[in-house]
Amino acid sequence: MAKKPRLRGWGGVTGMAAACVLTAAVTLGPIAYSSGGEDGDGARIGGQGVGQGVTVQAADCTDPEASLTPSSGDGPTIDKIKQAGKLVVGVDQNSYRWGYRNPATRSLEGFDIDLVRAIAQNILGDPDAVIYRAIPTNQRIEAIQKDKVDIVVRTMTINCARIKQVAFSTAYFQAGQQVLAPKGSPITGYNDTLKGKKVCTATGSTAYDALKQKSFGAVFEDTASAKRTVPNQLDCLVRLQIGEVDAVVTDNALAAGQAAQDPAVELKGDPFTTEYYGVATKIGKDDLVRRINQVLVDYRADGKKSKWMQAYRTWLASDLKGISGPPVPKYR
Amino acid sequence: MAHPPTTSAEAPAPVQTSAPAPAPVLAPAPARRSAWSEGTDRLRAAATTEPGRLRIIGAVIAVLVVAFGAVAAFEISDRSAAADDVVSRSQPLSADAANIYRSLADADTAAASGFLAGAIEPADVQARYDKDIATASRLLVKAAANTDSSSDSGQQIAQLNEWLPRYTGLIERARANNRQGLPLGGAYLRYANQQMTTQLLPAAEKLYDAETGRLYEDYDSAEIWPYFGIAVGVIALGGLFYAQRRSYLRTNRVFNHGLVAATVASAVVLLWLGVGHAVARSDLATSRTHGQESLKVLNDARINSLKARANENLTLVARGAVLTKDGTQDQYEADYGGEMKSLLAGLTQAKGLAKGDKAGLDPVNLAATSADIWQGRHTKARRTDDNGDYDGALTAVIGAKNSTGECFDQVDAAIQKAIDHEQKQFTTAAQDGRDALTGLPIGAAVLAVLGAAGAAVGISRRLSEYR
Repeated sequence: MAKKPRLRGWGGVTGMAAACVLTAAVTLGPIAYSSGGEDGDGARIGGQGVGQGVTVQAADCTDPEASLTPSSGDGPTIDKIKQAGKLVVGVDQNSYRWGYRNPATRSLEGFDIDLVRAIAQNILGDPDAVIYRAIPTNQRIEAIQKDKVDIVVRTMTINCARIKQVAFSTAYFQAGQQVLAPKGSPITGYNDTLKGKKVCTATGSTAYDALKQKSFGAVFEDTASAKRTVPNQLDCLVRLQIGEVDAVVTDNALAAGQAAQDPAVELKGDPFTTEYYGVATKIGKDDLVRRINQVLVDYRADGKKSKWMQAYRTWLASDLKGISGPPVPKYR
Repeated sequence: MAHPPTTSAEAPAPVQTSAPAPAPVLAPAPARRSAWSEGTDRLRAAATTEPGRLRIIGAVIAVLVVAFGAVAAFEISDRSAAADDVVSRSQPLSADAANIYRSLADADTAAASGFLAGAIEPADVQARYDKDIATASRLLVKAAANTDSSSDSGQQIAQLNEWLPRYTGLIERARANNRQGLPLGGAYLRYANQQMTTQLLPAAEKLYDAETGRLYEDYDSAEIWPYFGIAVGVIALGGLFYAQRRSYLRTNRVFNHGLVAATVASAVVLLWLGVGHAVARSDLATSRTHGQESLKVLNDARINSLKARANENLTLVARGAVLTKDGTQDQYEADYGGEMKSLLAGLTQAKGLAKGDKAGLDPVNLAATSADIWQGRHTKARRTDDNGDYDGALTAVIGAKNSTGECFDQVDAAIQKAIDHEQKQFTTAAQDGRDALTGLPIGAAVLAVLGAAGAAVGISRRLSEYR
């Protein structure tokens, strides 16, 4: 935690040096970009090295979402996968509506899983030709770097720190921090209505950092008698249900997963940050990245009838309303 | 028999006549003489004649012997009461507190096991949880009835009574959500576990420690030597020896029957007191070192095994959702590791305590072996899970055969067996200790009265020679 403010300071200095280029990075800096280790599910990963990556990065990393151009050609990595006959994928099994093991069917399901199946269909011709590896948040990068998995599809945020460690596809989802509160609550979003309200965040999360910067008078710090920061974003819903807090601030993609489990809560207002999720692979597996980008091109195609929109409607639309389509891909 | 006292009441009269000599000396100072100084004067006067001296000696010896009996009886009833407390009050309370502690930890473990099995919990796991909660509730009521509510233990009991329904409420919420297939159930289960490990278990541990402390206090008070009784006994015997030696020197008669009887009675009381208490002490010490201390170590080991099992289950429930502060490790896996270490250390200690007692050592050895296998299987299961085979890991943890659950059950059963054995050891030795003191207070009192009577008779025989 101690390193965070220091980084922020550095981010500010370098940001000013490159003021024109980095206006957005400076204003949103601490929240959107330099939150190096932060992730969708609110658990921070990576150590000191990752953090330092950010400070070095800040000046020359303006567009971490820009990926390699798509291609449906094969390459050494794809040949290997075809030889193995299975695509090994690191996924989450804890994020409702994204990557979650349904205890009734014992199988994984969610928005991320649908995408995995589309990739497997494209490369191997079979959506089920997948070995799923449930990987804890902190193991994702290592799993990629040590070739334990071919790809990771796990609400993984693309950012400047991470593109030094793994390669990302184009963005397949745009998320942002948002407020979650009971339906009848006077809280209307990340604004003055939070004044005096008790707010839960995941320890060390972007949401926490955002409140630390501007809390609108919300009570969100731990005290001796009340704990308001929790290990995992889902723990916030527990605290909300038993009345220990009045609202939750978290990534809206995951907040949608919370709202889907409790019909009495809903997302409030608009997301106040912007983050993009991407499919991660090992650096250097360019053929695979290009191939996945091609899969994503197909996945997005057909407007309202696209596979992307189908998946959105199946898993997210009921709780994460108002999304009309996938984020526009950026290439470098 | 009634004669000596009457004579002694009349006897001082003639002696008194020679007394006035010192009286005027004292007279000038106090106008009113106290009963005390009058008494000392009389005594001083009496001491000048042989019958007077004899009366004084007789009275002193009789008082000493009676005092000896009274002190011995008093001290031994005190030790005996403490020994009885050990056997029938404080040890059962300590055992109950251990049981509350165990039931709570066991309930938490059962809740996590049942949760992992899926939406439909296995009936036996559910029954185990229900039984644990029922046992804890019942024993808390019992403990409350035996505890001053303002004491430390009373406060822990109040806290536990307050938290237990909250805990079961959280578990029910976890079950309801799990039944619907919502991951929120896992979050509730983890929250319930957190309440258990940060609130309920520490309170139960404090209660257990307090009750065990009370037990050790009872042990200590039962084991204090009856110093006072022995000292008074030695003085009484010294007095008797002096009187007989004096009588022998003056009359050349070797035995004064009354005094001999008093000596024998006093010696028997002294011997009984010393040997009886020494035996009781040694039995109690045995019950303490071979029973109670083993029980404490085994109970702690058992709690550690329960906690380790709960965390092993929660590792699979949380699926990497909770990391250690430095973010490098799964929190539950890290906790499991620590508790497993404590379990093995505890079992090693228990082995040391059970040395030479095969019936006690065997189950401890079995528990240690099972714990080793458990660790091996756990490492494998973790590897399976880390490689992404969640189902495989689940089977390796809660499966019926070759799972870590099987090892845990063996460890738990073996420790239970060891606890039962040590409890029996305790009860036998402690009861022997308590029984070693049986009859001693009454015996000491009766013998002392007899001894005092003997001394009185012996002295009055000599006195009658002066008539």
